[in-house]
Amino acid sequence: MFGYVTRRLLTAIPTLFLIVTGAFFLIRVAPGGPFNLERPLEAKVMENLNRIYHLDKPLWEQYLYYLGNLARGDFGPSFVYRDFSVAELFASGLPVSIQIGAGALVLALVAGTLLGIASALRQNRPADYGIVGLATLGITIPTFVIAPLLSLVFGVWLGWLPAGGWGDGAWSYKILPIVTLALPQIAVVTRLTRGAMIEAMRSHHIRTARAYGLKPWTVVVVHALRSAILPVVSYAGPAAAALLTGSVVVETIFGIPGVGRYFVQAALNRDYTLVMGTVIVIAIFIIVFNLVVDLLYALIDPRVRLG
Amino acid sequence: MTISFGAGLRASLFAGALVAGTAFGAMAETVYHRGNDGNPETLDQHKTSTVAEAHILRDLYEGLMVYDANAKVVPGVAESHTVSEDGTVYTFTLRGDAMWSNGDPVTAGDFVYSLRRIMTPETGAKYANILYPIKNAEKVNKGELAPAELGVKAVDDKTLEITLEQATPFFLELLTHQTGLPVHPATVEAHGSDFVKPENFVSNGAFTLAEFTPNDKLVAVKNAKYHGADSVAIDKVIFYPIEDRASCVRRFEAGEIHSCSDLPTDQIADLRAKFGDQVRTPPYLGNYYYAVNMSKPPFDDVRVRQALSMTVDREYVAEEIWGGTMVPAYSLVPPGINNYGEPAYADYKGEAMLDREDKALALLQEAGFGPDKPLKLEIMYNTSENHKNTAIAIADMWKTIGVETTMINRDLASHYAHLRDKGDFDIARAGWIGDYSDPQNFLFLVESDNDGFNYANYKNADYDALMDKAAAETDLEKRADILREAEAMFMRDLPFIPILYYSSHSLVSPKLKGWEDNLQNVHPTRLISIEG
Repeated sequence: MFGYVTRRLLTAIPTLFLIVTGAFFLIRVAPGGPFNLERPLEAKVMENLNRIYHLDKPLWEQYLYYLGNLARGDFGPSFVYRDFSVAELFASGLPVSIQIGAGALVLALVAGTLLGIASALRQNRPADYGIVGLATLGITIPTFVIAPLLSLVFGVWLGWLPAGGWGDGAWSYKILPIVTLALPQIAVVTRLTRGAMIEAMRSHHIRTARAYGLKPWTVVVVHALRSAILPVVSYAGPAAAALLTGSVVVETIFGIPGVGRYFVQAALNRDYTLVMGTVIVIAIFIIVFNLVVDLLYALIDPRVRLG
Repeated sequence: MTISFGAGLRASLFAGALVAGTAFGAMAETVYHRGNDGNPETLDQHKTSTVAEAHILRDLYEGLMVYDANAKVVPGVAESHTVSEDGTVYTFTLRGDAMWSNGDPVTAGDFVYSLRRIMTPETGAKYANILYPIKNAEKVNKGELAPAELGVKAVDDKTLEITLEQATPFFLELLTHQTGLPVHPATVEAHGSDFVKPENFVSNGAFTLAEFTPNDKLVAVKNAKYHGADSVAIDKVIFYPIEDRASCVRRFEAGEIHSCSDLPTDQIADLRAKFGDQVRTPPYLGNYYYAVNMSKPPFDDVRVRQALSMTVDREYVAEEIWGGTMVPAYSLVPPGINNYGEPAYADYKGEAMLDREDKALALLQEAGFGPDKPLKLEIMYNTSENHKNTAIAIADMWKTIGVETTMINRDLASHYAHLRDKGDFDIARAGWIGDYSDPQNFLFLVESDNDGFNYANYKNADYDALMDKAAAETDLEKRADILREAEAMFMRDLPFIPILYYSSHSLVSPKLKGWEDNLQNVHPTRLISIEG
């Protein structure tokens, strides 16, 4: 097991290297640079800036310079948030995104699994149709509609929760963003669980378990859910990586200081170092969570052996 | 979305109570929750360039001259000043009680240090060029002279002498710009670029920095050492960088925020219906225009440019596309600007559209275009719903005179990079917000040596000569006449087709007192108070 994890992490290094290289050159293909503002700069000022940020060097030299810094753990300064280094931006933003993302993930897994089971056990009955209908709705309505709607209803009309802002992380400020982020995930998890659960309930070992006269609770939770949860786990890995690294829509609409916005802001502003930082962070999350999924698989499904 | 007034009021009272009751109420201090356009890129006054930064820095620092609530230039750190006969030497006497937030006195030497710092090439100041009127500034900024050669001198601790290249009637106003704000030399020396971090921050304005988290908030607290501290009513101002304008409106409605610095223009009619005169859209010192690429035919033909300009129904664009939040523009310089008077308007201002279309058709025909040989052109704009709708409307207007229009859009950075690098285009959307209230700040855009801004590639020696003549003129009225002559030439040649003057868009709570609408859209927190 330990050897497996070490091997997987070691193979992640060339993967990361390829991602970094690809991203570095891709963002440079985009026209314009970090200092192309609506009001153009004096040629001389631009020259000064390019020199300060080493943008006057040939691209390959900049690339080696960046790799060298990266190897020392230095993500460089942000071009657009000039008072901060990329590392500082992530240090303050990532915990925020993780709090919101983890909340949404837990909510999605718990609510989605429960709804999925309930729906599967009442297959083709009104409750099932209701849940499936809601889940379809949850997938189809985009977050940029849900977010302002929730903010308007609970923040402005009812006044129960703040309409936006972070409030230094007070719980009341987290509820709406978490719910917004979780809703489409709940829908997906519900549908996945329902499908897998229906299939599991028809399988031979469940029929056998029932024939033995085991309690319905034991049949459903211990035997059926164990196999039904596998597709959810494989979905949850990449979903977790996506949720924990922030959502640009939710962060912008609720005014949350997470890292999700950086990806879009940085790309539009040609904030090269910040784009690279975001790519690396997201890549690491995806690699780690794929690994976690594989480990969980081995834990849940006795047929899977890591080696 | 409609909402009954009663429900909205209840909600806002409740939420207001919630905010006050939980976070700040216990301290019983006056907190101004202020919506801002976006994050400051930096709090280093010498590196700043954006309006969002200007709003913040205006509160944190005090320059030699400052804006009052009506954007009039009034003494700041300089309690008085004299100007030499030829208008090139300014001598400022600094207030005796001007102090930094750490208790150090503000000295003339601080300003010398600061002005030298912004001009030093290594600082990488984006807006250093705004202070180029100071003697040798341009040469220092380009690394041709040592910073010590800059025309700035501390006669004694409280007397500062600034020498200019030539008389500059708007120089005092330039000093209100954030680039003219002083830094605390010892702090900069000790912490380098980290002097802007809250733990190191030393400022001389009405407020000083307490906390800054990008995309969350920037907290500034009252500076007890500020000489006017007794008259500052706000104890703490929190700037929220809200990029999503609709979010700001919701938070305003929920009573969480006292003012928004921008509004979703597509909802302006609803907002006016709901918020009445809390919606403020006074004229703003800016012009929204289409640059015409004069370096290639047929756009080098003035008849083509005139025909295109005449056919633009600016009233329609302002009202229908921008919901009345922009003003139809028939000149480059916006009306109401200082040191000017009435701009030189296009002669078809006020004429009926039908007549203008007939004239335009005749002009195009003269230029060799007609039904069998239509004029084809491409509008280039930076991606935005409003710019797109504007381009569609204008293309439709041009269709009436037989012009076939296509469109291309790029994101902001690509768009301006393309213009700056002199890439190929026919017509390009652009905008300009004045840095100071003077016609020169608009007319200089198309001087032939203005590489950065002269997108149209306009080259007219007569125009340049007029601009030089105006620069040498110290009599303000004569200078205004010369500049108006230049603008008339501009309107005749039309390198840019002016379409709209900007308005600023704010949402201001009736509780905020001291917020005065003005052309520069400046609202210093030190002059604002909160009632109730």
